[in-house]
Amino acid sequence: MSVTRDDLIDFLYDEARMLDEGRYDEWLALWLKDGHYWMPLDYKQTDPIHVTSLMYEDIFMLKLRVERLNGARTFSQKPKSRCHHVLSRPFVDEIDNEAGRYVTTTFMHYVETRLDEQFLLALTARHELALVDGRIMIANKRVDLLNSDAAFGNIQLLP
Amino acid sequence: MGRYTDNPAAVAALVRGSEVHRDVYIDPEVFKLEMKHLFANSWVFVGHDSQTPNKGDYFTTQIGDQPVIMVRHTDNEIKVLYNRCPHKGTKIAIDRTGNTGKFFRCPYHAWSFKTDGCLLAIPLKKGYENTGFENAEGSRGMRAVGAVKNYRGFVFARLAEEGISFEEFFDGSLSSLDNMVDRSPAGRLEVAGPPLRYMHKCNWKMLVENQTDTCHPMVAHESSAGTAVKLWEELDMPEGTPLPPAMEIIAPFMSAYEFFEKMGIRTWPNGHGHTGVHHSIHSNYSAIPGYFEKMVEAYGEEKAKSILDENRHNTVYFPNIMIKGPIQQLRVFIPLAADKTLVESYIYRLVDAPDELTARTAMYNRMINAPTSIVGHDDLEMYERAQEGLAADGLEWVNVQRLYEEDEDFDTEKVENGTTERQMRNQFHAWVKFMTADMAAKEAAE
Repeated sequence: MSVTRDDLIDFLYDEARMLDEGRYDEWLALWLKDGHYWMPLDYKQTDPIHVTSLMYEDIFMLKLRVERLNGARTFSQKPKSRCHHVLSRPFVDEIDNEAGRYVTTTFMHYVETRLDEQFLLALTARHELALVDGRIMIANKRVDLLNSDAAFGNIQLLP
Repeated sequence: MGRYTDNPAAVAALVRGSEVHRDVYIDPEVFKLEMKHLFANSWVFVGHDSQTPNKGDYFTTQIGDQPVIMVRHTDNEIKVLYNRCPHKGTKIAIDRTGNTGKFFRCPYHAWSFKTDGCLLAIPLKKGYENTGFENAEGSRGMRAVGAVKNYRGFVFARLAEEGISFEEFFDGSLSSLDNMVDRSPAGRLEVAGPPLRYMHKCNWKMLVENQTDTCHPMVAHESSAGTAVKLWEELDMPEGTPLPPAMEIIAPFMSAYEFFEKMGIRTWPNGHGHTGVHHSIHSNYSAIPGYFEKMVEAYGEEKAKSILDENRHNTVYFPNIMIKGPIQQLRVFIPLAADKTLVESYIYRLVDAPDELTARTAMYNRMINAPTSIVGHDDLEMYERAQEGLAADGLEWVNVQRLYEEDEDFDTEKVENGTTERQMRNQFHAWVKFMTADMAAKEAAE
């Protein structure tokens, strides 16, 4: 099977919609088992391990994160937050159908709200995608916030 | 002038043994007095000298509400200067770090200063001839803070010219800093990357108190740590499967009350104290291959063991930092307003130790203390609810009474049950002392 540019772009829009609609089980099912969601703390950070990041989470941690959102005693989610992604047209940086490997870069605006507060983040998402049994899956995802070094309050959902 | 300014008796009355008046958290006048008295007269953390390794390297931050620059001078010593041009008030540096070379140059009118603050040059200086400029405050250059101490790489400053010495202020509490530094086979730490920066809409003291609050983890963090334990159990791994690093970090948060009771709390004079006298949530981290051997090589087996057997949890250095020796973390609670605090969480690399230790420390920092942390979220929620709740007129006092005893003596070191709120009371005892010391002196002089 050959993945097209449109397939990749549709995938990215579908993923953002899952996050906005809180369909986390479907979202987790998009991931390869050894994947990582990385949100650097520093501008142009190269090392996720030996300096602090905002997030560097494997599947177990991502599962914990989304499971917690629905807990009976998850006090910071009473009431719940909501989020909203606006994507610009993704750049498809690499298509390698032979290896089943793809890389995309997407500029997004991310809005998160809870109670009377709402904030906006500008971000760049870099997806490493893989074709597994005819399905596009997330091998790794890196999310660079434009102001990653700023002082934030709680960012509770997934930009 | 309000109720508390130049009124040491009114300030002292805000703390009464086992209760604290809500004004210490919500009153803007009390906050201003904290900046003027408490933060000026105590020793406040500025930065680590590895943030400014070369001559001319500087780092900008604040002590209380005072903007300062920490800079490495040409003699290799660390200087701490007020970040203000003596001419018009312009901040001399605004980037967080940089190198200024041999001198600072104000970007407004090009007045320049040596890195110890001395005035170096003013363009068209003849304009000040015969004006009496030599007697002006501005002729003395950028002003240095009252006193600076670089203790094993950690730079502290006292804004006031006169006051308590560094040694007397910290005394026995320095054993926690020593243990953190001794964990490096070279006896040296280096800052590892920039800090997390987390904005809290609450009073800074709520954060400091929470560092030795051992009755909240199993409650406030049930949603994260409790869920982690549940998910791990659901994986149904064979018995004896080692916990992955993330589980090693988060699972102990769900320890029973008894674990925290038995871990112990030690208090020192001047508001310092720590949890985890006998053991802590950091006690059972797995060994990193090659590290112990390096420690033995550096210190000998007996000393290496005694350094690593110490697993203190949180050490509060009054007024506004906390360190975790076993994982080389330092958090600074920077007061911005009565209801606004910036928390910066730094991590350090143990020089000559395996990188895996830094990896664990970085993991702890992002998992527990990031604005994106599922643990931090519930802490901040509690603080902000408290800040708003304190507006309620039905009750005026905050209770810090757990294991309280009449006539507690905070001037001697003491070890107690790990769930006592004695360390919070110790902080407020020191708070009154440093808030009122020079207020009382002023009153006596008048």
